[in-house]
Amino acid sequence: MTTSTNLVYLIALPLFSAALLLLLGRIADKWGHIFATLISGSVFVIGVAEFFAMQDRDGEARAATQKVFEWISVGTFQVDASLLLDQLSICFVLLISGVGTLIHIYSIAYMSHDHDRRRFFAYLNLFIAAMLLLVLGDSYLNLYVGWEGVGLASYLLIGFWNQKPEYATAAKKAFVANRVGDLGLSLAIMIAFTQFGTVTFAGVKEGASGASAGALTAIGAMLLLAAAGKSAQFPLQSWLGDAMAGPTPVSALIHAATMVTAGVYLITRSNFIFDASPTAQLMVVTVGAITLLFGALIGTAKDDIKKALAASTMSQIGYMILATGLGPVGYAFAIMHLLTHGFFKAGMFLGAGSVMHGMSDEVNMRRYGAIGKVMPITAATFGLGYLAILGVPPFAGFYSKDKIIETAFNAGGIEGILLGGATLLGAAITAFYMTRVIVLTFTGTKRWDENAHPHESPLLMWAPMAILAIGSVTSGFLLNSGSALVNWLQPVVNERHEHHAEEFLPPLVVSTMALVVVAIGIAFAILKYRTVSVIAPTDVSIFTKAARKDLYQDSFNEAVLMRPGQKLTAGLVTTDYKVIDGLVRSVGWIIQTTSSALRSIQNGYVRSYALIMVLGVLTLVTAIWMVTL
Amino acid sequence: MLTAPKLDYALLAPILIILGTALLGVIVEAFVKQALRARLQLVIALAGISIALGQLYLVRNQGSSIAAVTSVSIDGSGIFIQGAILIFAFLGILIIADQDHFAPQASTLPGSIEEASALESGKQQTEVFPLTLFAVSGAMLFPIATDFITLFVALEVLSLPLYLMVGLSRRRRLLSQEAALKYFLLGAYSSAFFLFGAALLYGYSGSLSLNGLTDAIRGSGGNDVFLLLGAAFLSVGLLFKIGAVPFHSWTPDVYQGAPTPITGFMAAATKAAAFGATLRIFYIGLDAAQVSWKPAIAGIAVITMIFGSIAAISQRDIKRMLALSSIAHTGFVLIAVVSLNKSALSATLFYLVAYGLATIGAFGIVTLVRDSAGEVTDINRWVGLGKKSPLVAAVFSLFLLSFAGIPLTSGFVGKFAIFSAAYESGNIYLVVAGVLSSAIAVFFYLRLILMLFFAGETNGSVSVVIPSVLTRIAISISAIATVVLGLAPSLLLDVAQNFAYFLR
Repeated sequence: MTTSTNLVYLIALPLFSAALLLLLGRIADKWGHIFATLISGSVFVIGVAEFFAMQDRDGEARAATQKVFEWISVGTFQVDASLLLDQLSICFVLLISGVGTLIHIYSIAYMSHDHDRRRFFAYLNLFIAAMLLLVLGDSYLNLYVGWEGVGLASYLLIGFWNQKPEYATAAKKAFVANRVGDLGLSLAIMIAFTQFGTVTFAGVKEGASGASAGALTAIGAMLLLAAAGKSAQFPLQSWLGDAMAGPTPVSALIHAATMVTAGVYLITRSNFIFDASPTAQLMVVTVGAITLLFGALIGTAKDDIKKALAASTMSQIGYMILATGLGPVGYAFAIMHLLTHGFFKAGMFLGAGSVMHGMSDEVNMRRYGAIGKVMPITAATFGLGYLAILGVPPFAGFYSKDKIIETAFNAGGIEGILLGGATLLGAAITAFYMTRVIVLTFTGTKRWDENAHPHESPLLMWAPMAILAIGSVTSGFLLNSGSALVNWLQPVVNERHEHHAEEFLPPLVVSTMALVVVAIGIAFAILKYRTVSVIAPTDVSIFTKAARKDLYQDSFNEAVLMRPGQKLTAGLVTTDYKVIDGLVRSVGWIIQTTSSALRSIQNGYVRSYALIMVLGVLTLVTAIWMVTL
Repeated sequence: MLTAPKLDYALLAPILIILGTALLGVIVEAFVKQALRARLQLVIALAGISIALGQLYLVRNQGSSIAAVTSVSIDGSGIFIQGAILIFAFLGILIIADQDHFAPQASTLPGSIEEASALESGKQQTEVFPLTLFAVSGAMLFPIATDFITLFVALEVLSLPLYLMVGLSRRRRLLSQEAALKYFLLGAYSSAFFLFGAALLYGYSGSLSLNGLTDAIRGSGGNDVFLLLGAAFLSVGLLFKIGAVPFHSWTPDVYQGAPTPITGFMAAATKAAAFGATLRIFYIGLDAAQVSWKPAIAGIAVITMIFGSIAAISQRDIKRMLALSSIAHTGFVLIAVVSLNKSALSATLFYLVAYGLATIGAFGIVTLVRDSAGEVTDINRWVGLGKKSPLVAAVFSLFLLSFAGIPLTSGFVGKFAIFSAAYESGNIYLVVAGVLSSAIAVFFYLRLILMLFFAGETNGSVSVVIPSVLTRIAISISAIATVVLGLAPSLLLDVAQNFAYFLR
């Protein structure tokens, strides 16, 4: 462990900037966006410097810590506000600050007509600070602060245009769904504390080796619940589609590249818990498999380009979660897919934003068509991202996704076949819905309004898209060459390089299978969408109807959770009013009535008073008498 | 041949100084002309009280049980209560000095021509100063008296001037005179019980002194019927004076009818004196028979607390409400009487001071709220006073919060001290009853504060008069003491602990 003094600046700078921009108010309108972008850029520079500094250190000394201050000191319960920069967190630091900076730049142009642009940038900086705290905290409690911070930033940014009630509702929905997950995280922290007496990663890791299976499974399940909330995994995924109400750069940064992957980070960080609890791992892979299919199916039916991409995000994170559940061998591939996904999905979201920017904020893909001709750069960058997500070699997704499919098959037995099958099926559906997006948006015949005048976006917008596209092309190869990422992460995730004696299928076969199903998916989409009607057809199969309704997750939540919950609270209010308040009121009434009765004794006649005194004397004498005898 | 008894004048001096000052006041009344009297009486009274206080301070550590043969015992508790009474008297005199409250000539018939001409002539009532001082002298003797004759004399010296003072009100004179008559009749009635009890106890023990009574109980020589009846009857006299249920009936009527400055003074000083005597009798005289009387007195404490708290809720008159609140406070202090330990004794001493100061201040403020016909005591007409006179309403609220026992006021510390002393002595049910009735009592105190500040429209005809300097000083001292004793209770608690002892 190396002691560093610079880590705190990674968080302090954007936090300071956010506070400054929010407190200064309109004074900072002119330069706020530039300032915030520069801050984000300088955070990236510090991150890169730290990365190179880490490479110069070897082995144990690679990870760096910094104790910022003593946070809680109650008896034996000690928590410091300490930061930990190790091989895992540096990946996130670079992703967050790098993609974050690109999106800051993009937003300067994208939000240029919004008179609240300064506030938007303040929130973006707040998000960067919170997200960096999340990945840099050295204990679950520090992570929790960042976890809540990104939830807040996400809420503020989804509801950035809260003058529209449905956007405000979407923000609230995201917040509530996240709270359910947060409850899981806080419970996990509490269980960890009761079991191990500490909440630092190092302490819990140490304790986990001797802990009972039940405790580990409980912590694991609660951590999975937290991850499901933040990463939009089944059954808490319903908020992500609505979260597309936020400005598109937010969707790209928070709801595609970074925040929603926090669940993957949490599980990877807690590898010592999950490795020791096969039950928890089974839960993780189940949730991952369900979500990857769930998201992919929803993606096939969405006409809103952003919602289609959101469904895709959900599905891709499902891949990552599944990978983390596959044990030590899976973590590195989960993180690899997370990084490549960060590039291609952010790139595609920015592309979608660019299309919307040109099409006067139209999001319905049925009103697009043939946009590739008028927006060639957007089409090209989006296309590269498309190839990457499909997993076409040599694009990024090929390396990361194929590794996950391969590892899933290698899990062995029925489980391996089921998981491998799910990932393969997911790949096919992914190919279908992504091709559908491409076909509906960039090719075919133009179906847009007479009033729409699509045009290519300015340099400030396409440059970040281009950079992300380069990442979409190269990142997979770079991360995979010589098992670079796997080796880099080895000290954190504890992969012991056991060579898997039996491979279920050779890598070449897996890749070929994947490519075949992808080709089938593409073909289906092209055939199906030769002609596209502007109005969405209504005489569709029951599956399409279900997918359009997000597979009825909202209806389920409303029927099973929300309405009974509302009834319960309404019932409690009635109980409170009728029973509790009724009791209190009747006590009050009794006292009031007694008081009035007592008042009538006080009638003002001396003779009555004297009589009362005589009665009092008699009672007193009797009482003393009784006691004494 | 009789030999003159040996008297320790230094220790008796505080009482003698007050008596002398009172007599001087009578002489002033007779010889000084009308125009100068009021001011002169005020100066004499304040000077007398100050000198008595100074003398008391000088002898504070010289306890003696033979200062006047065996009639009085000047010990810690006695000196502390005498000091408290003198302070109450000082503050009371400051408010009494506002002559607007008293009938110019109390002997005139209400509504008669004589009354009208007395009003017209601009006469001022100044006998109230010596009367107050006579009452103070009785109040000072009552808590130190150790034989039944002295106790009775002190009780009457305390009571007789008060009967008169209650009837002196300038406005609503019929109500005032009615209250005076009721007080007198019922007071005489209870005195009779007291005297009868003393006679029975003499019959039991063959001695008039508390020590003799204790010896007799320990030796268990006499007839137990005499002891039990005597103790019961003696208690009635004391319980009447402190205003415990069911001997409380006079309290609301008298508190309401009396001129408000007198109400404040007697609520504070009489209660302190009567509790001083009660504590002494139960701690020194009857402690050997505690098995007999403790349950009965504990029962009275509970009934008193609950009755006072509940009955106060439906009162529409601020003075009656404060009267019933004072009954509830009597119940709280009775808890300490039953607890019979040193911490209960010191808690009582603290409580009496805290309660007395807040009471004088509260009634002092009642004197300020008036319309054209004099003081306004109808609670409904106090609505919105906080908007009109925020400072006065805030100070009044402070006193109410202290009565309610809200932390950071002296009332909280007093209640806490008494409850913890009762807990210490094992009387947990008394603590429970005390806390419950405190909770009930909080209702009407807070409701009043709510009315002052947050409810309805201001009543146009009611206004707060600008207080005279003297009244202002009295209320300020009370308010400051209430806050200081709430924030730093140890200032007085330590003193009370040092003085919490009786000499036999």
